[in-house]
Amino acid sequence: MKENIISVKELCKNFGKFKAVDRITFDVKRGEIFGFLGANGAGKTTAIRMLCGLSYPTSGSGTVAGFDVMRNGEKIKHHIGYMSQRFSLYDDLTVYENMKLFGGIYGLSKMQVERRSVEILNQLQFKSEINTLVGSLPLGWKQKLAFCVASLHRPEIVFLDEPTGGVDPVTRRQFWEMIYKASSEGTTIFVTTHYMDEAEYCNRVSIMVDGQIKALDSPAELKKQFNASAIDEVFRSLARGAKRGE
Amino acid sequence: MRQDAIEINGISKNYGALKALDGITFNVGRGEVFGLIGPDGAGKSTLFRILVTLIDSDGGSAKVDGMDILNDYHSIRNKIGYMPGKFSLYPDLTVEENINFFAALFHVTLEQNYDLIAPIYKQIEPFKTRRAGKLSGGMKQKLALCCSLIHKPDVLFLDEPTTGVDAVSRSEFWDMLLELQKKGLSILVSTPYMDEASKCNRIALINGGKILDINTPDGIVNNFKEPLYAVSGTNMYGILTATRQEKEVVDCYPFGAAHHIVASENFNPEFLKQTLEERGFKNIELNKTKAGIEDVFIKLMHTQ
Repeated sequence: MKENIISVKELCKNFGKFKAVDRITFDVKRGEIFGFLGANGAGKTTAIRMLCGLSYPTSGSGTVAGFDVMRNGEKIKHHIGYMSQRFSLYDDLTVYENMKLFGGIYGLSKMQVERRSVEILNQLQFKSEINTLVGSLPLGWKQKLAFCVASLHRPEIVFLDEPTGGVDPVTRRQFWEMIYKASSEGTTIFVTTHYMDEAEYCNRVSIMVDGQIKALDSPAELKKQFNASAIDEVFRSLARGAKRGE
Repeated sequence: MRQDAIEINGISKNYGALKALDGITFNVGRGEVFGLIGPDGAGKSTLFRILVTLIDSDGGSAKVDGMDILNDYHSIRNKIGYMPGKFSLYPDLTVEENINFFAALFHVTLEQNYDLIAPIYKQIEPFKTRRAGKLSGGMKQKLALCCSLIHKPDVLFLDEPTTGVDAVSRSEFWDMLLELQKKGLSILVSTPYMDEASKCNRIALINGGKILDINTPDGIVNNFKEPLYAVSGTNMYGILTATRQEKEVVDCYPFGAAHHIVASENFNPEFLKQTLEERGFKNIELNKTKAGIEDVFIKLMHTQ
């Protein structure tokens, strides 16, 4: 039985009277691809921020990569990688400058950054672009590179917040193959997406509505439970019941 | 006979060495919902900005509502509604103030064209004193749609109205568009979500500044003639890499719950199933399947 790399119980985050995240309880196993779905405003971003050590929960308990989410936010940050659609790399730095910057932030030595960068660029067949400004790269390339940069320090978990929005269908699939590969090498992937076909690529999926997790299982089990032919239908039937907007 | 709502003839646009648009030609009929489907960077927004007379093209010509985009740009602007990809209302004005502002620009009032806007406006009316910047994504989108409809345009241009919006709000937005279509509007709408293509009367697939194909959604997928199979089982990543090594497999890629296999004419599904099982993969299911818009897009991208 694989160990849990994320384990949270009754996690809450209130903003004044507003319960952004309302008693969520779940585990994520090491090496798992975990899909974190929910409508806009369901509380996903607030939940991810707590799991990444960026904000402390109002109440509840749990650990991420072995560190307490109530107390050790700073330690959590060292053991995770993060990328989002909105922010991933600096447009006005070159590919290599971005790698050096993020490697430095994650505490890698110059030697380590150099070695890892070459490895990554070879793997992406992207060595010729080492001195290209990131801003001039196509979005799909940027996102693949960003995933590698978020994994530069070999984190145990990588959080991906809508990593493939707007990306073409071919590159979107290449991106998911990188996720599969990372997962098969033991990295845990925690991912949000608005593409419902991508939910099917996950080992397990949770669906958040109004701050709570309303469903959590493998895509196949969820479809069986909801008598649906695709995750899209499961998502719709749950999200339609949402009381609150964003 | 009235002219088509939009006629585009060989429109091109370059940014330095980059060909953002490379000879785009298509028409949008009266009362048609026409979808421009393609990823980020395909040239969708550039085409929109040329058609709504915000920027000039480098070549080709186009007519909107029967008027030339160069010579009649002033008249065109009174006849079209445009919702840009980026939220472009005034964040520090309230919902009501934004609507009144856009109405004043076109010398109309909200009341004058209330029938057209009412079904959408009623959903945001409870928040009419809230500043636009404080609205949720879905509500901003509805306000922007109201503002683009305020002067009762003939042709509506919607540039990625559903990007970043969740699946439920997206389907609600499409319901609104189909209501507007019933009222006689012609609509050009772009989206990176290929599953939305089926809502359109016709679609154009666009990538790298070029149109890959134009047809009805059914017509597009019916043109996919290669044998297509879906394979699934335990350890999907392993199945993907193993399937690709097979000789009669032209392409294999993840496609939701299964991987799709584009096969050659000599492909034998029973043989592949057996091969995968011999290599230790369990619960293998392998069936013939029907192509979707994404299958077509992937194929056309490879041959582009």
